[in-house]
Amino acid sequence: MFLDFFYTLRHHKIPVALTEWRLLMQALSLGFAHSSLERFYTLARSLLVKDVSYYDAYDLAFKEAFQGIRTPAEIVEEILAWLQEPETLEHLTPEQLALLEQLDLEALRELFAQRLREQRERHDRGNRMLGTGGTAPFGRNGQHPKGIRVSGAGGQRSAVQVATERQYENYRRDRTLDIRQMQVALKQLRNLKRLGMEEELDLDATIDQTCRNGGEIELIFCPPRKNNAKVLLLMDAGGSMMPYTTLVEGLFSAAHQATHFKDFQYYYFHNCIYEQLYTDIRMNARVSTTSLLHQLDADYKVILVGDAYMAPEELVNTGGALYYYHHNETPGLTWLRRIQEHFRSCIWLNPLPEWQWNRTTIHLVRQVFPMYALTLDGLDQGIKQLVRRVG
Amino acid sequence: MQASSFEQFTGTEQYIVSPALRDAVNVAIALQRPLLVKGEPGTGKTLLAHNIARALSKPLLVWHIKSTTKARDGLYIYDTVQRLNDARFGDGDVSDIQRYIRFGSLGQAFTAPTQVVLLIDEIDKADIEFPNDLLNELDEMNFHILETDEHVVAQRRPIVIITSNAEKELPDAFLRRCVFHYIAFPERDLMAEIVHVHHPRLATDLLEQALERFYALRQVDALRKKPSTSELIDWLQALVVGGVSAEQLAATLPFLGVLLKKESDVDVMLKKGVNLTYARA
Repeated sequence: MFLDFFYTLRHHKIPVALTEWRLLMQALSLGFAHSSLERFYTLARSLLVKDVSYYDAYDLAFKEAFQGIRTPAEIVEEILAWLQEPETLEHLTPEQLALLEQLDLEALRELFAQRLREQRERHDRGNRMLGTGGTAPFGRNGQHPKGIRVSGAGGQRSAVQVATERQYENYRRDRTLDIRQMQVALKQLRNLKRLGMEEELDLDATIDQTCRNGGEIELIFCPPRKNNAKVLLLMDAGGSMMPYTTLVEGLFSAAHQATHFKDFQYYYFHNCIYEQLYTDIRMNARVSTTSLLHQLDADYKVILVGDAYMAPEELVNTGGALYYYHHNETPGLTWLRRIQEHFRSCIWLNPLPEWQWNRTTIHLVRQVFPMYALTLDGLDQGIKQLVRRVG
Repeated sequence: MQASSFEQFTGTEQYIVSPALRDAVNVAIALQRPLLVKGEPGTGKTLLAHNIARALSKPLLVWHIKSTTKARDGLYIYDTVQRLNDARFGDGDVSDIQRYIRFGSLGQAFTAPTQVVLLIDEIDKADIEFPNDLLNELDEMNFHILETDEHVVAQRRPIVIITSNAEKELPDAFLRRCVFHYIAFPERDLMAEIVHVHHPRLATDLLEQALERFYALRQVDALRKKPSTSELIDWLQALVVGGVSAEQLAATLPFLGVLLKKESDVDVMLKKGVNLTYARA
């Protein structure tokens, strides 16, 4: 069964290696799990899962593998023992104690055991069965005044139940990203060069020079390594991008806050790029695309963000631009090609899910730019493409 | 279900651990693997190592990682410039290279006569390749000094605690060798316990109200930096010193600057109409 669990984890795309598995077996043989599923849950997680973004997948896999193992005898015993332990009632208020005294503890215990036998499923918000949030006398977070709180803080919940709660869902990687995560990804965009003031001791040069001086020490300094990366961000602010505004804003602020770039420039466009780009999101101030291409060196890393989803004529026709008072002499696709030809590395990030990428215009844009999803994984892959050394 | 002999660490009076973290620490000690701890800032990642050292009465060595730190710095430094200088001015015995080898934190941990706790703090700050450069040393617990052709082997394998703010991805090969724990943000009950350690005489109603406001504040998505445990503890101190009562706290949020460290975040709360003033009781 344990080996099944291993494959369930692999099936959920958690990168578990055999070495880690053997480590877990070693820990188990040392008796670390105390034959308890809860201890096993945390033990296996700490040894097999090395990234919080996989915690949710782990929860799902755990649930899948150990679903059948519910309310093990050990836990039932624990509860019954708890019922007999008067000192745990100390923190009850006098009112609660008075209420409790109205109950026959023995009868309550019997009822409890009986309900436990009857119960087969996880149970929420009912008025009879054991579970959470209900008004039955037993359970957690309930409202029954004479009720018995089955579990204390955390510790005693069953492992499968903890797994079911999926606390780590927000840490999944295939979800779209928050600013901090984007910053981490953007950090990989670096190109270290020796720049600026000469502050670091160049040991080899110092020794060499000292020898040449016949032993008279001469210290040689060199500038420290700094990031030389230059980034150009082009964002689609068109109507179809409205649902993704927060996402694009997030990417923008991540790039903007990243102080380690040597230069960072950003412009907006509307659906497709034509002879003009806009310097603000409301598209009042504009710059000529051609002059921008002249100004910026080919070594800028270009990130285009847009859904690339438009009417085909917007992309391929002259005068196809969506704004009727804007007549473009050159088709959008040609402008895209010019950008691609000018800069050595460009990527296109698309917030649309990948299964929609077979649409005509998206397909055409993909032939010009390598396209990646605007998720953490997509951004990661895209950045890898950007920093790849171009011939 | 009795406590076994390898249940070494159970937290200290000043430091409350969740059962999962306690297990992770003990597994790491028993399996002699480094423990990698991640989590939000202010959840006590660094304090963990200090408290393990205190609980097990072992000396603590701290290696603070900076962006310029290289793996070899932790092992030893060969002070060429000093030697060059001595050679020039005839100070000391230049032929004894040993004199110019200084051990870094990792080197000190290896050569210490007793087992030590070694904290490698904020490993993610270093270069991306940094953890890989340490793989062998952490695995084998020995290293070679090129200059003196000496081999340093750990007397007792140190208990290694590594913290990371997850700014950079750590390499897989490195992760495979670690025991990993993510310190989740404490839930209310655990938080009340943690606060109790720092402010044992805090009035219950004030604590309840403060926690209420604190967790509500953490729910505000517009905040760029959410307040963490350390900020809560400072804030409670401010509330006690300022003589704020639980009733006042229900209506106002005094000393918000202790909780929110970014001006834009304070602005967000002001726009939401939060009242910062209170009348001293």
